Parts: sequence; structure tokens; C-alpha cells
Amino acid sequence: MSILKYFHTLRPKKTAAVAKERLQIIVAHERNLRDSPVIEYLPKLQQELLEVIRKYTAIQNEDIKINIEKDGEYEILELNIVLSDENQ
Amino acid sequence: MAKIIVVTSGKGGVGKTTTSAAFATGLALRGYQTVVIDFDVGLRNLDLVMGCERRVVYDFINVINGEGNLNQALIKDKRVENLFILPASQTRDKDALTLKGVLKVLETLRKRFEFIICDSPAGIEHGAIMAMYFADEAIIVTNPEVSSVRDSDRIIGMLSSKTRRAVQNLPAIREHLLVTRYAPKRVISGDMLSVEDVQDILAIPFLGIIPESKSVLQASNSGIPVTLDKKSDAGKAYLDVVARFLGEELPVVEKKGFLTRLFKN
Repeated sequence: MSILKYFHTLRPKKTAAVAKERLQIIVAHERNLRDSPVIEYLPKLQQELLEVIRKYTAIQNEDIKINIEKDGEYEILELNIVLSDENQ
Repeated sequence: MAKIIVVTSGKGGVGKTTTSAAFATGLALRGYQTVVIDFDVGLRNLDLVMGCERRVVYDFINVINGEGNLNQALIKDKRVENLFILPASQTRDKDALTLKGVLKVLETLRKRFEFIICDSPAGIEHGAIMAMYFADEAIIVTNPEVSSVRDSDRIIGMLSSKTRRAVQNLPAIREHLLVTRYAPKRVISGDMLSVEDVQDILAIPFLGIIPESKSVLQASNSGIPVTLDKKSDAGKAYLDVVARFLGEELPVVEKKGFLTRLFKN
């Protein structure tokens, strides 16, 4: 380690390091979405799910949340439906 | 066979047109038959940066629509041999660019030129896709700044999915990272992403660094590609970029602060 680097480590994190960390996270996330073919039919899936659920209970558009996470080889489709007390 | 090179970035204002003008001029200075095309229909500016705005009669869209022929639309640079400019239309709708029309023009240009530089508009819409669609190589212009890096990554994604080479399963477009508006002092003080940081994130081959420089504005003010300004550090950096692009091995000149030079390694 050069002397300069040693002194750098003693100082609080600089903004460039913060930028790099934030970018690595968001870029990785966006690449996962991009590489997933599922993403294309997601909005339609969400709409159709809403229609099915509405046959049984009243829910708002924002009560359904759908998300895709990629974890190595696997893709996880996460579906969250919030049923409020009045709905039941 | 001519090479089609798109200069693209996603984000606006990072230096696409400056780069297109400087890079095309650099190639022509090396003796290559070069044409630079403005794809920014409705917001043409390459003509101003190249200093030929008063010589535009016919444009890219006119040629596509058969309202003028290519020879009437091509503007020959008065300073550099072998250098031609094909201006964008200022009046038309960007949808006037069609894949078929662009292909027709590129096929004709391919017979006459060795390098065809496509100056992409900002964004990820129609115009940007038209500019990149037929490319063999891509120069991704990125500023060491969060929004520019993120947008460049989007564009890299599009290069590998929305282009002819991607659609037809041909060998992938060769990508080159060009970091512009670079301020080494701010990198050393920790307030600017370093070129290594940008390369780590985008993970494409590195082509060069253009320093933040007064001479870039001075050059565009006067309508002179910055590569023709012999005193300009940015101009020299662009000449290095051209050399590296042509396969010459050149060290990357990155001005270091006094302390870093003293303490490094």
C-alpha cells in the first residue's frame, strides 16, 4: 500500500467512492431486469391477476405488487397482494 | 469494406457531437476516407460544431426521400482532405428516419468511404436506435458522473439487443469506452469517479480519456473540430484515441497531481 493510499483510508469516504458503490448496485439491478425475458409480460400478468382477484374481493391497482429478482441461476417472481380489513 | 461506427451515450451533453467531429477529423487526418452523419433529426448541431452550417442545402432526410441525391447533400470539409459531413434535417419529424432509408444511404456511403461515423441523438428512442442499428463498432461516450454512467449502461444493453448484429445473431458490435470531461485533480481528491471506476462498472474495453478542457468550448465556438487545435490537450487526447482505435498501442496520459506522482508505488 502506498503512503498516499494509507492516508486515504484514514479519511471519511469520499463522494466518488459513494458514487461507485451506488452505481454498482443500481446497474447490477437494472441488468438483471434487462436480461430477464419475464419482464416483458409482467405488466400484462399484473393486470390479469388483478382481474382474477377482483372476482373474489375488491382491491385497488396499487394493492398488488409484482417484482422479479434474479439470484444466480434462479429468477424469483415475488407477488404481494394487500387485502385490507374492509375487503374481507 | 467500410466500418460503421456509432458515437452514443444515452445521456445528452456528454460530448457525442464533439467526439464525432473530433474523431472523424482525426481519421481523415490519417488519410482515411471518412464521413460523419448527424442522426439528430430536428436538433441538428454537427454542422455548427464542424463549422459548415451555412453550406447545408440538402440533408440526410432529403436523400432518404429522394428529394436530393447524396452528392448534393454531402458537405466536403474545407480544411481536411477526405472528410465529409452529412447533416441532419432541421425541419422534419424524427420518424422520417426509417431503417430502410438509413440502410439505403449507408450502403451507398459504404462504397465510397472507409469510415462512417454516426453521431447519435441523446435518449433511447427512435433516433438513437437508428444511429446504432447498422453499426459495426460503438464508441460509448461517458462522463465520470452517476447519471451518465447509468445511461451508458442502458445504451450498452441496447447495443446488444436492438441492433442488426444482435437481431441477426452476427458477431457482436465492438464497444469502446471513451471517458470525457475528465478532471484528474478531482479524481485524486476523491470527488470524481476515476476512469478505472467507470470501466469496472461498465465492463467494456477502454479507448481513451478526454480531459475537461477550455479548448472544447473554444473549438465549438469557432466551428473547428478540436483535433485541429494543435495546442489543445483535448485535441491531442482525441488524436491518441484515433491512434488507439487504429490499433496503435499508446500509453494513457492522465495528468497526475504532484503528491500522487511522488508517492505512487
